[in-house]
Amino acid sequence: MEITTGWYLVLGALLFVIGGTGLLIRRNPLVMLMCVELMLNGVNLSFVAFSRTLGDIGGQTVVFFVLVVAAAEVVVGLGLVVAILRRQPGATADDLSALKG
Amino acid sequence: MVELVWLIPALPLAGFILLLLAGNRLGEPRAGWIATAAAGASFLATLTVFIGLLSRDSENGERSYELVLFEWLPAGSLQVEAGFLLDPLSVTMALFVTGVGALIHLYSIGYMHGDPKYSKFFLYLNLFLFSMLVLVLGNNLVVTFLGWEGVGACSYFLIAFWHHRESAATAGKKAFVTNRVGDWGFMIATFAIWSALGTVTYTEIAVSPAMAAATGTAVSLLLFVAAAGKSAQLPLSVWLPDAMEGPTPVSAMVHAATMVTSGVYLLVRMNNVLTDDALLVIAVVGAATALFGALCAVAQHDIKKVLAYSTISQLGYMFLAIGSGAYVAAIFHVITHAFFKALLFLGSGSVIHGMSDEQDMRKMGALRLAMPLTAATFIVGWLAIAGVPPFAGFWSKDEILLAAWEQENIGPLLWVVGLFTALLTAYYMSRQVILVFFGDQRWEEGTHPHESTWTMTAPLCVLAGAAAIGGAINLPLVKDWLVLEHFLEPIFDHPHHFSSGTLTKIVLAVISVGAGVAGISFAVLTWFTRRIPTDRLEPEFLENAMHVDTTYARVVEGIGTSSFQGTADIDERIVDGAVNGLGKLTIRIGQLIRPAQSGYIRNYAVAVAMGALIIVVLLAWSVLL
Repeated sequence: MEITTGWYLVLGALLFVIGGTGLLIRRNPLVMLMCVELMLNGVNLSFVAFSRTLGDIGGQTVVFFVLVVAAAEVVVGLGLVVAILRRQPGATADDLSALKG
Repeated sequence: MVELVWLIPALPLAGFILLLLAGNRLGEPRAGWIATAAAGASFLATLTVFIGLLSRDSENGERSYELVLFEWLPAGSLQVEAGFLLDPLSVTMALFVTGVGALIHLYSIGYMHGDPKYSKFFLYLNLFLFSMLVLVLGNNLVVTFLGWEGVGACSYFLIAFWHHRESAATAGKKAFVTNRVGDWGFMIATFAIWSALGTVTYTEIAVSPAMAAATGTAVSLLLFVAAAGKSAQLPLSVWLPDAMEGPTPVSAMVHAATMVTSGVYLLVRMNNVLTDDALLVIAVVGAATALFGALCAVAQHDIKKVLAYSTISQLGYMFLAIGSGAYVAAIFHVITHAFFKALLFLGSGSVIHGMSDEQDMRKMGALRLAMPLTAATFIVGWLAIAGVPPFAGFWSKDEILLAAWEQENIGPLLWVVGLFTALLTAYYMSRQVILVFFGDQRWEEGTHPHESTWTMTAPLCVLAGAAAIGGAINLPLVKDWLVLEHFLEPIFDHPHHFSSGTLTKIVLAVISVGAGVAGISFAVLTWFTRRIPTDRLEPEFLENAMHVDTTYARVVEGIGTSSFQGTADIDERIVDGAVNGLGKLTIRIGQLIRPAQSGYIRNYAVAVAMGALIIVVLLAWSVLL
């Protein structure tokens, strides 16, 4: 069976939905961060798939940008999460609601 | 040499800055000498510039020089430069301002001896001289306004110089507040002139076409309001008598010789703007003020208050001259008045100094023996102001009376008022001289009157000389002797010419001399020989200046206070209310919608997801349709 572009798109969509669902239902900040990564990579996969199909290098260029931005985001986000968890071991995302209006 | 015009105000400014930085360290008497040197050097600079101007051809308008320092307010079509205008009028003003000013600086060295704020006094005097010179030399209305405000501020500082005295502090405030009314007129007039003519520069205003009649009259009257504030004309005259709370040299310089004449200067400078209707108003107010001042001076006991009301009266004469169109006569009287009134004030200062700060004339008498030089010079000043020929005051006052006589509409009436004022002037000045220098000794126990030091008497002698022969600058006897009139002629659009014949002139002059002699003889009969009882000659009504002050106070306390309170209430309720209401509204709305921010990341994530979903649905919708 030939693996067509559609499969890649379905896999990308699956990854995105899994990540989004995880972000919405999980409370552990570390896991939530991983879910965001999952969503990003789902989108990346779609970009690469389209780039390959359409013969346009633009899609892969965007993926590079996304990787770089994601790396930067992880550096800051992980640093924050680790620092918070050190102060409040076992804190959930709901405990971090200091910005309540 | 005319290029040196910037030096005239720069020298007093330098003196001011030096005293500001090192005044206390210099101390007495060096601070005084430095200030005097600055004023004297400024006078020499003015003389140099004056000679430079004289060497130019009087025809073809060459006797006018404009020095632009820099562009001050370049704002669209409003271009204001900071610059000086040198022409016959400004140089005449600058000459007597610096000349009399320098003499009064010298006098103050002796008068302020031992004052704890010695150097500060000279600092203010220098600053005042600088402001006054900016006022007369400025080449446009805005620069003049700068000087105008400057002299106002210095006047306030100097009146309230001994501010530990309650009355001095109050008098300073009164002068300042009253002057604000005039400043308002000046500002509105400047705005109106700019919007009507598109310029505020004197040389351009002078060649501008005439304004519409209504605008012109409005502008003239606003300028007159400004002049009335500074020059203490009715109804803004109330501050000048109180200004006598300041040290006597201040009264002489600021409130008699120079600053109070700036209103006259302003109107003469703007002569081609003034309309006939406005001139009539100016003449009537001037005549009324002259009479008012003279009547009030009759019943004063304070030696300086007599001179203060006399100043108001003489300023009234100047405005009467302007209103009659005789600008040269006004400037002539400004100059002679500067000489004899500065002399009289400085003489009274010398008396006060010698009497250990006694100012009540009822406690003086026979001082001619104790202070002969002061008495002799004071008598010269008395003869000058009383209009006795050939002293200076006679010539200028006579010219004003002649101009009033020739006024088109109500000339004879103005002349009668002016003549009666002249009679009163001769009377109250004679009364003062007799009470102070003649008669019995009425001193309090322990008073030892003595003649003042040379720094005080020297200016008296110089001023006495000027008051005696100052009339020589404009003698009407031969046409070529009208030096001042020929010199000032380029300033005016339509030079004023007296139309009366020689016979009328002589008759009027004889009558005015007669009025002076009558006034003097009445004073001699009442106060010297005591042939006529004097108990009804000082009515309380006149001593209290016709209750003008108390009436103002009552009006301000009654209607004034309630209307101010009303304004304050409107401000608090409506203006503040609107602003505070907007703030409260914002707070309410914020309180309403703040629960939307729960602080839970999941809620925000759901919101983002829903938003994304809506966008996707909308996109799909538009693609499908």
